[in-house]
Amino acid sequence: MSWLIDPFTDFVFMQRALLGCLAISLGATPVGVFLMLRRMSLTGDAMAHAILPGAAVGYLVAGLNLGAMTIGGVVAGLIVAVLTGAVARFTTLREDASLAAFYLISLALGVLLVSLKGSNVDLMHVLFGTVLALDNAALILLCAITTVTLATLALIFRPLVLECADPRFLASVSRWSGPVHFIFLALVVLNLVAGFQALGTLMAVGIMILPAATARFWASSISGMLIVAAVAASIASVIGLLMSYHAGLPSGPAIILAAGCLYLLSLGFGPVGSLFTRAFPRPHLDA
Amino acid sequence: MALKLRDLTLGYDRHPAVHHLNLDLREGSLTAVVGPNGAGKSTLLKGLIGEISPLEGRIDRSARRLAYLPQLSEVDRSFPVSVGAFVAMGLWHSAGAFGRITGTAAAKVAEALAAVGLTGFDRRPISALSGGQMQRVMFARLLLQDADLILLDEPFTALDTRTAGELLQVVKRWHGEGRTVLAVLHDLDAVRNHFPDTLLLAREKVAHGPTAQVLTAENLFRARQQSEAFVETAPVCDRVELGAA
Repeated sequence: MSWLIDPFTDFVFMQRALLGCLAISLGATPVGVFLMLRRMSLTGDAMAHAILPGAAVGYLVAGLNLGAMTIGGVVAGLIVAVLTGAVARFTTLREDASLAAFYLISLALGVLLVSLKGSNVDLMHVLFGTVLALDNAALILLCAITTVTLATLALIFRPLVLECADPRFLASVSRWSGPVHFIFLALVVLNLVAGFQALGTLMAVGIMILPAATARFWASSISGMLIVAAVAASIASVIGLLMSYHAGLPSGPAIILAAGCLYLLSLGFGPVGSLFTRAFPRPHLDA
Repeated sequence: MALKLRDLTLGYDRHPAVHHLNLDLREGSLTAVVGPNGAGKSTLLKGLIGEISPLEGRIDRSARRLAYLPQLSEVDRSFPVSVGAFVAMGLWHSAGAFGRITGTAAAKVAEALAAVGLTGFDRRPISALSGGQMQRVMFARLLLQDADLILLDEPFTALDTRTAGELLQVVKRWHGEGRTVLAVLHDLDAVRNHFPDTLLLAREKVAHGPTAQVLTAENLFRARQQSEAFVETAPVCDRVELGAA
């Protein structure tokens, strides 16, 4: 039991890491659930890469400065989101191809900028995060982003669900379709920026998508999925941090791997549409 | 008039799919839109709901609220939503993005489901429905939209006769309530038996009026010919004014 609790009671940096991870778990996972429901899971990954040059510019200007890198990341992410949407709407190129084009440009630019000035250590920092070294400002930022995300999702919940389930219908009865799509993409960007403070740009998307995919095997309603995803992410955070503490593993990848294990378990044995339920279906009329 | 089209041209990439269309639709009329494939029927409906903008011409509609059933719905059938919640989308006009879904709303949903023969289905996920049941759900949602102008794009295609017959009764109910209905159909027998008015379309209007006068052998032949004779790659519109000559 002390193996589970002591690291968090004895060390402040573990408490901070835990708080940061829980904030991300609550904010990023609902966004991930909607990404999954909109079949945009890979969009999250692409956007995570798109943020890099913004963070890099912030880094070049102000060094390892939270504010500068955050603002840079948000700006870069929003630019890519807007350009992608505009290209998809006004040209023949589809949204996926258009996003791929912009995020690749963005990623190349980002790596170039980081290597211009920084050392490899800095690059590792940006790519893999610093969850064990979160300062007050970073924690406040993470919690603020989570609060904003949850409040916004609560406000746009109905149009967002309609936009996912039947976009054409929403467009025919209201003007919400465009705005809700963009607000949602902005939330994706915000949460990826939050995630990369702690887990790095490459790992941030993992805490978003893996719990969402896990939830699909446990719940058949949206609200059920949102709850399961948040719980799964929180469990993965705790397990990941403990593994990192006891085995000396890097914490970001440990957390994402823990989330990955939960996903694989659910894929195999979850109650809704998992491999197990498909292989051994219950007799019908026996529900 | 519920709907007035003046010299309306709709199309994609400057290629017209509906060409110089003039049309007056009476309030409360029940009109079938008939024509060969590629005649611009779906395009006309998309133009009417504003999904595509006119290349030329005007659309005037007095209808306060319109409802549209697309031919290929973009509903994600694997989406985790119950039949009841899906049908409740039809209440958007009263609930909007933030309004409360009240007890009366739940009663309305139940009533709409009953009207399409799906009583007791409200808690099932839409992923568990058959194609015919899904189309009934779409009709239930249309019922709740409480629209003055209802546009249906091939509503009965791929349905068995019983489902099609029951949904046809819903359409007749709308007609009885004084709503204006415009439905794209291919089954000419159904049109002759149930639709008082018909618009025969082949990019341009071939005929519009009482169904018996529109669906003549001569008109249908002309529609087919006109549709085939249309020069897709014409550099300029050299259309001869039929009425002006």
